[in-house]
Amino acid sequence: MQLRTLTIGLATALVTMLGASAVSAASDDVVIGDIDDLSGTYADVAGTGAVEAIKMAIADFGGTVLGRKISILVADHQNKPDIGASKFREWADQNGLNVLFGGSNTGVNIAMSKVAAAKKIPFFALGPGGASLTNEDCTAYTVHYVYDTTALANGTATTIVQNGGKTWFYLTADYAFGTQLQTAASKVVEANGGKTVGAVRVPLAASDFSSFLLQAQGSGAQVLGLANAGEDFSNSLKAANEFGITKKMKPAALLAFITNIHSLGLETAQGLYLTTGFYWDLNDETRAFSKRYFAKTGKEPTMDQGGYYSATLTYLKAVKAVGTTDSDKVMAELKRTKINDMFAKGGYIRADGVMVHDMYVMQVKSPKESKYPWDYYKLLKVMKGEEAFGPITGLCPLAPK
Amino acid sequence: MTEVFGVPVAVILGQLMLGLVNGSFYAILSLGLAVIFGLMGIVNFAHGAFYALGAFAALLGLQWFGINYWAALLLAPLAIGVLGIVVERLFLRHLYKLDPLYGLLMTFGLALVIEGTLHQLFGASGHSYPVPAGLTGAFDLGFMILPIYRAWVIAVSVVVCFSTWFVIECTRLGATLRAATENAPLLQAFGVNVPLLVVATYGGGVALAALAGVLSAPVVLVGPLMGNSLVIVVFAVVVIGGMGSILGAIVSGLALGVVEGFTKVIYPEASNIVVFVIMALVLIARPAGLFGRE
Repeated sequence: MQLRTLTIGLATALVTMLGASAVSAASDDVVIGDIDDLSGTYADVAGTGAVEAIKMAIADFGGTVLGRKISILVADHQNKPDIGASKFREWADQNGLNVLFGGSNTGVNIAMSKVAAAKKIPFFALGPGGASLTNEDCTAYTVHYVYDTTALANGTATTIVQNGGKTWFYLTADYAFGTQLQTAASKVVEANGGKTVGAVRVPLAASDFSSFLLQAQGSGAQVLGLANAGEDFSNSLKAANEFGITKKMKPAALLAFITNIHSLGLETAQGLYLTTGFYWDLNDETRAFSKRYFAKTGKEPTMDQGGYYSATLTYLKAVKAVGTTDSDKVMAELKRTKINDMFAKGGYIRADGVMVHDMYVMQVKSPKESKYPWDYYKLLKVMKGEEAFGPITGLCPLAPK
Repeated sequence: MTEVFGVPVAVILGQLMLGLVNGSFYAILSLGLAVIFGLMGIVNFAHGAFYALGAFAALLGLQWFGINYWAALLLAPLAIGVLGIVVERLFLRHLYKLDPLYGLLMTFGLALVIEGTLHQLFGASGHSYPVPAGLTGAFDLGFMILPIYRAWVIAVSVVVCFSTWFVIECTRLGATLRAATENAPLLQAFGVNVPLLVVATYGGGVALAALAGVLSAPVVLVGPLMGNSLVIVVFAVVVIGGMGSILGAIVSGLALGVVEGFTKVIYPEASNIVVFVIMALVLIARPAGLFGRE
């Protein structure tokens, strides 16, 4: 009897959790929607900071476009593809949604891209990594804006192989993003004369990584490829340090955000190679934006949050240029025009939906090298957009080879 | 190297050790749940949130007041235990006469509120808590490197679990507590202050969760969701051990930690569900749990 009540209670509780927050928008507004992980493991990567970035961009744009007010809808997808997709559908049908921004989680973004195609609404994938969004899962309305697994692998994996890390063992998050990242990295590693000796697929948000790390150590590989993200990345690197594994194996952060480095501290993270699409301390323009952003949030922006700001401006500029929010006209304009702002210089959106722009290979500073708060990265290399995102693969029917 | 079923013995020993470490956390957490359920009939869904609060108490104590780990090990469970008592007085005591469902929903809501508040205040990405001086470094066991801190976790867990079991099963206080669960009105007629016993029990159970939180702070990043996935596993542990059985909670906590550890080697993808599969099997074979009274 107790177990039955427990089950009923759980079901009731889960159902009540499904209600996401949404502010209703008037239909004559230009409506920007943002569906992201607002409460889970990726909530600091984009999350409420990204919403702040959208607001900053709208304010910088003047608050209106084509004489219409610009409003924002926000929802938490809780890392569940069905929630993301149904929220998107609801906004498209009932709230006059004009453009959707997808936050973290490749799985959820793939589900939402299908809705974008069905509803013909421009969809900017800003948080996810999975390159399938512009390959086998591509749509005419998808723009993959900030980074993808191909660019991460081309940056980080190439740098490490060229520095002598030839044999790799992967600790892979067991969902679309992790497996795509591992595949991309191992391709790069093998193309550069290295090889994969093993991999272990770890369930998302595991509470302990030591078992998996012991397996990695047993493999005898030189490099520990961390094909995971968010807290999973932080906790696995922390445990690798604790078990002395980082003394024998070189950890490779295939995706790390500045918030992760901030959580871990430089003592643990120093020396890591990583690839990012944006860093707050790159130049005067990024510093000026980040200073304003910091004043509002108390944190420096991640690459996703920088990307949200840029994407909002890019979309609004396109609407202004074509004089309408008509999806097909806006998409054509987006793919025609270069993107020049504090996030990207000379960026452009390819036929397959990739926003091709420079990526940065960074190394995390040691505590000694860090001179001021959030002074975490030194720039090793600027990867040109074409090098980072690679040639068109032909997997997306919109962009034949 | 010697092998068993194609797996090197060193790997087996290593996973056994790590399984015991994780099992130690399960044991302390499920012990608290079992005590609360056994003596109060409350399914305490806020247990994971109290675990996170314990870790945050240690973290903030260190950052704001310079309270070190050793003091936090005592002070954080005390502080969170007192908070538990406040919760019991304000909310839970109104629910004893109702269906257990109400207690479950109450504590579940409470967990959402606590985790949401922590998230709002401290963000989602977590904070590092340093391993206390004196417990840094590692033992080289030959078959694996065992960080000293992890060995410490096992030791604390064994001591805490055994003492709790001893107090409840072998002392006069424990006998009174157990009597209160059997027949509260009668015990009250004998002049025992039953409401006081109940509130102390809840405080004690919550303090155990907070203790587990402090213990885990140097191992994982301290974040609002650290107890979120753990609490579900721990509930399964309690169900397997037998709802309310103290010994069952301890033994199945440690054992499931080990089983989970081996799953991580044999079929890693299943490591987060193996506990639930076992739970289902146990419920089919012995609905009251392995150590529960039929």
